Amino acid sequence: MSKTYYDPADLRKFGKISEWNQELGDKFFDYYGKVFEEGSLTAREKSLIALAVAHTEQCPYCIDAYTKDGLQRGITKEEMMEALHVGAAIKSGATLVHGVQMMNKVNKLEM
Amino acid sequence: MGKLKTQSLQKRDSDLANSNRQLEILSNGIFGSGELPTFKTKIAETNQFPLKAKKLEILQINVGYMCNQVCEHCHVDAGPDRKEIMTRETMQQILDVIKVTGAHTLDLTGGAPEMNPNFRWFVEEAAKVGVKDFIVRSNLTIIRANKKYYDLPDFFKKHNIHVVSSMPHWTRGKTDKQRGEGVFDMSIKALQELNDRGYGMPDSDLKLDLVYNPNGAYLPGDQATMEKDFKKALMEDFGISFHNLFAITNLPISRFLDYLIASENYEDYMYALVEAYNPAAVENVMCTNTLSVSWDGYLFDCDFNQMLDLPVNSKAKHISEYKEELLEGRNIVISQHCYGCTAGAGSSCQGVVA
Repeated sequence: MSKTYYDPADLRKFGKISEWNQELGDKFFDYYGKVFEEGSLTAREKSLIALAVAHTEQCPYCIDAYTKDGLQRGITKEEMMEALHVGAAIKSGATLVHGVQMMNKVNKLEM
Repeated sequence: MGKLKTQSLQKRDSDLANSNRQLEILSNGIFGSGELPTFKTKIAETNQFPLKAKKLEILQINVGYMCNQVCEHCHVDAGPDRKEIMTRETMQQILDVIKVTGAHTLDLTGGAPEMNPNFRWFVEEAAKVGVKDFIVRSNLTIIRANKKYYDLPDFFKKHNIHVVSSMPHWTRGKTDKQRGEGVFDMSIKALQELNDRGYGMPDSDLKLDLVYNPNGAYLPGDQATMEKDFKKALMEDFGISFHNLFAITNLPISRFLDYLIASENYEDYMYALVEAYNPAAVENVMCTNTLSVSWDGYLFDCDFNQMLDLPVNSKAKHISEYKEELLEGRNIVISQHCYGCTAGAGSSCQGVVA
């Protein structure tokens, strides 16, 4: 067993999750593949969304995968960083917007 | 991410300037242990071993390893310090072959082929023979490197040369990181000069194609999409037109292998190549219709095998011994670097193959 929770080499083994439940594994990977196909959004746009979400989810495997995917598509580091800021803005916005709840509560409790 | 090198591996006395050392690395480690299948094992799974040469279509001539650039990924280990240059005598032997071969494409490469002192003579003589497609692989900056090269666009036009040029990205930063400071601006200027002569214009017969290869340890994206992105960016930013984009995979040899090992990306890169293996790409892999001739006239299945000192498996080893019947049907010499040409949509000097 690895002494750390994350091993970069484990990303290569992702497909093996189907070995313990072939049906659900297959359904997941079919779905996953379909999602990233060119549609109303380009595959390039989807790659940038995935990169931003990979960061908000703080998934190291996804960060590795979609950084590489972006480079393969010719996406620049400036575009990648802008996408991350979108993710970060929503994350921080989501934190701060709860401040309204805090304010409501304070206003209700205080005389 | 280190500073851009200014000398070839050979000049630096690097271990990896030795082709045997490169072949050892490619045969041992993850391939020696069986963690990944060798290329031979992989193609045997689909009954494609041995790979055999078909009818010759492309004669690729490496006229020398001298170059004005020292690109990070260069599989030739080319640079200003390389002195291997094809002589006029060898060129004459090649001209004799061009006259009799059925190959429809003549492809001049290097180094910077224009730096060979007999380059213009050779082009003029070869053009007289009248091959259907006469390619010169120009790094673009050579056109702006020195006054004596300024007229190259006119020279290319005069002989109806098909210009194929490297351009790793449409942004300055990515291009200069791979190919050296100032390369992007010089390349843009050279492309504009080629456009001015009619090269690369939408309906022009003067063909101008670009070669894209990734700027690091990853595989190229979809060629058609990349072409669209390149065309849009180069037109919007600089008013530049070109015809086709060839997306080429970096093969794990020479300076790119050195980079992969130094950056600890070698194993991941080889995994990526093996995982992207595509049997359909094997069908049309370029070594099956191409013959590569080295600066000193020796014959190889491809330019990569030339750099690894893996000569053709034929009685004809040198251009002076060339006989089509001795070379057709030969077994192609392979090693693990061949995975570079069979990954995804495949890769060749003319881009994707599957």
